[in-house]
Amino acid sequence: MGTYIAKRLLSGIITIWFIATATFIGMHMVPGDPLMNDKAVTPEVRANLEKAYGLDKPLPVQYVIYLRNMLQGDFGISFTQQNRRVNDIIAEHFPVSATLGVLALLFAAIGGIAWGALTALYRNKLPDILIMFMVIICVSVPSFVFAALGQLAILQLNNLLGVSLLPVAGWGTFSHMLVPALVLGLGTMAYLTRLMRSSMLEVADMDYIRTARAKGLTPGRIFFKHQLRNAILPVVTVLGPSIAAITTGGFVVELVFAIPGLGRYFVQAVQQLDYTVIMGTTVFYGAFLVLMVIAVDILYGFIDPRIQVDKAVQ
Amino acid sequence: MTNRILLLTSLLLGLALASLPVRAAPPGIDHERNEIAIVMTQEPQWLNSIKATDQVSFIVLDHISEGLMTYNVDNQLIGGVAERWELTQERATFWLRKDARWSDGKPVTAHDFVFAWQQVANPANAAEYAFLMRAFPNGEAITKGEMPPESLGVEAIDDHTLVAHLVKPVAYFLELVTFISFRPVREDFFRQHGQRYAADPDKLLSNGPFIMTDWVHGASMRWEKNPHYWNREAINLDAINVPYMTEDPNARFNLYMDNRIAMATGLDSSATKMALRKRQNLRSFRDGSTFFIEFNHRDDRPTRNVNLRRAMQSVFDAGELTYKVIGLAGNLPAYTLFPDWLQGTDGRSLAEEYPPIMPELNDEKARAYLEAAKRELGLEEIPPLSLLLSDTPGSVKQAEYFQDVMRSKLGLDIRLDRQTFKQRLAKMTAGSFDLVAAGWGPDYNDAMTFADLFASWNLNNRGRYASAEYDDLVTRAQSTNDRALRNRLFGELQQVIFDDVVILPQYERGYIYVQSTEIEGVRRTRVGGDPNYNYARILERR
Amino acid sequence: MQQILNPQADDFEPLSAASEREAIDRPSLSYWQDVWRRVRSNTRALASLYIVVGLLLFTLVGPVLWPVDPATQDLEQISQGPNLGLPALVIADEENVALLSLAEPGAATGTGLRVLGTPHSEGVNIAWDPVPGARAYQLYRHELFPSGDRDLGLPLVRVPAQSLSYLDRLGLETISYYYSVQPLFDDGTTGEYQTLEVSVEQAIRISDARERELGDGELTVGDSVRLEMHPLGTDYLGRDMLARLMWGARTSLFIGIVAPLIYVAIGLIYGGLSGYMGGRTDEVLMRFADFVIALPFLLFMILFKIAFGLGPGESGVMPMLVALVLLSWPATARLVRGQVLQLREESYISAARMMGASASYLVMRHMLPNLMGVLLVSLTFAIPTAIFIEAFLSFIGMGVVPPTPSWGSMCNDGIRTMLSHPHELIFPALFISVTVLAFNLLGDGLRDAMDSRLRGEQ
Repeated sequence: MGTYIAKRLLSGIITIWFIATATFIGMHMVPGDPLMNDKAVTPEVRANLEKAYGLDKPLPVQYVIYLRNMLQGDFGISFTQQNRRVNDIIAEHFPVSATLGVLALLFAAIGGIAWGALTALYRNKLPDILIMFMVIICVSVPSFVFAALGQLAILQLNNLLGVSLLPVAGWGTFSHMLVPALVLGLGTMAYLTRLMRSSMLEVADMDYIRTARAKGLTPGRIFFKHQLRNAILPVVTVLGPSIAAITTGGFVVELVFAIPGLGRYFVQAVQQLDYTVIMGTTVFYGAFLVLMVIAVDILYGFIDPRIQVDKAVQ
Repeated sequence: MTNRILLLTSLLLGLALASLPVRAAPPGIDHERNEIAIVMTQEPQWLNSIKATDQVSFIVLDHISEGLMTYNVDNQLIGGVAERWELTQERATFWLRKDARWSDGKPVTAHDFVFAWQQVANPANAAEYAFLMRAFPNGEAITKGEMPPESLGVEAIDDHTLVAHLVKPVAYFLELVTFISFRPVREDFFRQHGQRYAADPDKLLSNGPFIMTDWVHGASMRWEKNPHYWNREAINLDAINVPYMTEDPNARFNLYMDNRIAMATGLDSSATKMALRKRQNLRSFRDGSTFFIEFNHRDDRPTRNVNLRRAMQSVFDAGELTYKVIGLAGNLPAYTLFPDWLQGTDGRSLAEEYPPIMPELNDEKARAYLEAAKRELGLEEIPPLSLLLSDTPGSVKQAEYFQDVMRSKLGLDIRLDRQTFKQRLAKMTAGSFDLVAAGWGPDYNDAMTFADLFASWNLNNRGRYASAEYDDLVTRAQSTNDRALRNRLFGELQQVIFDDVVILPQYERGYIYVQSTEIEGVRRTRVGGDPNYNYARILERR
Repeated sequence: MQQILNPQADDFEPLSAASEREAIDRPSLSYWQDVWRRVRSNTRALASLYIVVGLLLFTLVGPVLWPVDPATQDLEQISQGPNLGLPALVIADEENVALLSLAEPGAATGTGLRVLGTPHSEGVNIAWDPVPGARAYQLYRHELFPSGDRDLGLPLVRVPAQSLSYLDRLGLETISYYYSVQPLFDDGTTGEYQTLEVSVEQAIRISDARERELGDGELTVGDSVRLEMHPLGTDYLGRDMLARLMWGARTSLFIGIVAPLIYVAIGLIYGGLSGYMGGRTDEVLMRFADFVIALPFLLFMILFKIAFGLGPGESGVMPMLVALVLLSWPATARLVRGQVLQLREESYISAARMMGASASYLVMRHMLPNLMGVLLVSLTFAIPTAIFIEAFLSFIGMGVVPPTPSWGSMCNDGIRTMLSHPHELIFPALFISVTVLAFNLLGDGLRDAMDSRLRGEQ
């Protein structure tokens, strides 16, 4: 196991290096000038700015410096907020995105499992049809439409009730997170519902269910003890990859609900061509994804004795 | 095993939730605590007055710092830190208030201004507004790194007397010193925090009506009344909260409708309609900037030909653009570079004194100009022209309209070149455009902030318009304090801009906004940070 | 090895008919015939297939049947809802064009707040009587009857005291407005306001009407004509929504279909090569694919999209396509490699190889046909993803450059006017949803139909 983890970590580090290099290349391909602003500056001021950011050096040198700083965990200073370090920016904004992501995933998992079970229970009856119809809508409507509608719905609700039940936008308390997380989780929830449904139906055909029925167990016991528990497994296995996707995919929700997450920051940084923030964010997210995948793989080894990770790779 | 995963997830979630500051969002108007809540479009980028350039930073700095001169609630120029002042052609002298203090209780002295201005000029700081310091002796040499910053021609005679020597007369110098770059900075505090100066509330020192007490980056701010501010009696609010930062106008409007903020600005047509249906108190405000299409006057561009530009001028209807395409109340069709709020002489506005010239819209004439242009350029057909624009929704819509007008009326092929902020700037500076949708906002309350824009030496003259006549008029206006003479020169400049079709003026930007009827005294301003809540007051509940 | 053949004479006797009597038979179906049969029996998949065909027709044939130029702007009809041609009053070219016309004394009858001329969508000329001592007048416009002096509506303009009229041209719709005028005095106070209800009529200038060949025969001022029909309404510049949706479909479906086609093809070659070669090559190739998969997708999509840069007049479809392909191929490559590795071990492949089949024969005859099913399914699922990505990029302002329409950018434009003009959001969103849905269901159907486990089951 130890060697396996070491091996995975090593390959992870190489992957992160690849991401860092790709980002560096991609970013320097972007036409435009990060040091320009609305009002023109004199050549002297410009030269000083270039020196301050090390942009006066040739690209390969910049690349080496960039890698060296990154190795020391230093992503440099933001171009737009020149008194803030990129590390601080990530440290402040990533927890927000992560919280939103985890909450959204929780919604998606609970909703997906419950709905999926329900549809399987009422197969081809009205609840099944209704839920599957909603699932279809969740899958096929772009997330920004949901986000805008969600915000509007809160406003209408508050106006109707005459009190501010939920905040329209912003961040800080749990009530701020509720609707954004729900909106963010909708797509994954729909996906999980479908997965859960087919998994439930597959399990329903299994011999042990027939045996249980033959033994005379109550339908409720069969449903919860045997069918549900076994059907959840494949759903749980996709949660790992989903969390990464959700955490990095929160841009739209963050924009609409004015949430100070890293995703929104990244979009701004791209528009402002904030080199250090773009590189820092991308490398950080890349590393986060890589480590998540490794962690999830290793975790499976502990969770499911049938999976032997170190053998599966060889 | 499923249980373990669930346990892990809930643990993660719990950790994440626990790490968040739990604080209830304040209401838009808090009568009990005498506080209001407002929204900002984004995070202030740089609260160091030496280097600040963005609007949001200007807004914040106008609440937490004060310059020598400032404006009252009616936008009249009054003394700020300066109690008395004297402006001549050669120098400006300011006598500072003895009771002006920093938020740590120490007095604001003339040295703080001298230090700040030297730092703006100091090339090591690479301040974008360093050029403003060229008004003082040695300023230019310092920005070029040829002389030390200490040699700037500004001196503190004593702790409370400041003398700024002027290279040439600056008629608007008193207005100019209200600008952010002229705010005081205390040397010991600045040096203590170095690179991190102004990055967090504890690294900020205020001498304005408010103090920043809380700042969660990208999310919220709180400013509390400054107990050391000399004019604290005039400040009514105990605190201003900024619980939201969003560039989405719909989100801002929704927050307002939910009573979470006291004011929402920049309503679009949809929000305006909603506000009308809900019988909201609508107001309008023009922010003082002019928007126009700027031509590329460089030698390798077809747009260097004046007849081509005249042809476009003769078919472009600023009224139609403003009223139908933009369609938002508050905007005004523009026919000149100079917006209508600029002061003239004898209480009249510059626009009343020297009315803008309206182009005659005439398709026939336009086609004749176009033919002449083709002849002069020696072209069978005008090649496709590129129109550079930014990626904001409004500018895209206007560009699509412009494209259609030029196609249908002149048969010109306009190609839209939409770029993100920095890419557009890079292209503008490099001159890779034929036309560019641009705008200009005032830095100070004088027509010169617009007038010198197309002087051949101005780096913001991205189309490289060069005319000896224009340069001469600007130079003459820059070397006198005589208001009537300057206005006459501005009138002549206006004529040159029209005759030469240096630009195609489009509109003066305005906003529709909703403001709670429970507050008053919000100052809207064209120069500096807008809006300003320094003098805002919560009214009794009606 | 030697074959031993010892033919007898009766081996050449025809078999009697009776010997075939017991054969259990069903029509021999090729793989694809079988798949088609299954898809046909799956109602949802079949319906989706029809929708997909319909969408393709809408995109390709639509513009022929509805030959309206999607770029033609009509500022008389900005953001109109779905209609079959609105009636419009023909007005003179010079009517209500003055920028600030001063009311001539006695030009219009009546006192108080009044309308000069006919109020129509090209302009409403409001005039009022002087109020002694007024320094200026503030004019408001409301859509509801004002309930007090804090509810006068939209502040239109503040005119100096010498002007007693104002021509309102601001975004006029064909509804009733309540104009109010309030005098402002020197001491900063305001006077009593007056309100007037004005119904605005749709109008068109006579030269425009002639140019667009509206109405029949000779047109004169005062006639009524029917404007062009817009079955799905118009957008923020008065362009026909139906035509824009048709042309937008070209962009969206082009990105949605071509990008997956390209990257699935690249993935097929890359993954196939990797799986077929095996060993060291496989390891190196797959390691590289893993690197690309590890890139945060949306972040790199945005980065690449702007990195390619756009010249004037370019729509930005190509950069989006390239970015999408660059980031998406490894998933298919992995899938294909897995399949190839599995196929390599199949007994029929070994058999074919033993019989001396060439590599190209193996690939063309055995590998490709067996991969087709998997590829087709992943292709079908890739299309909705690509369409969503286009919409997402448009939402954050990095999509296709106008005036090229796309569903994503139309959605993004529509979302801002969601409340006042919902049709501008609903239609493009509906098209995105239906397309995504159809391809998803079709993918489901195809997967079920191709799943060998289910084969033979009725």
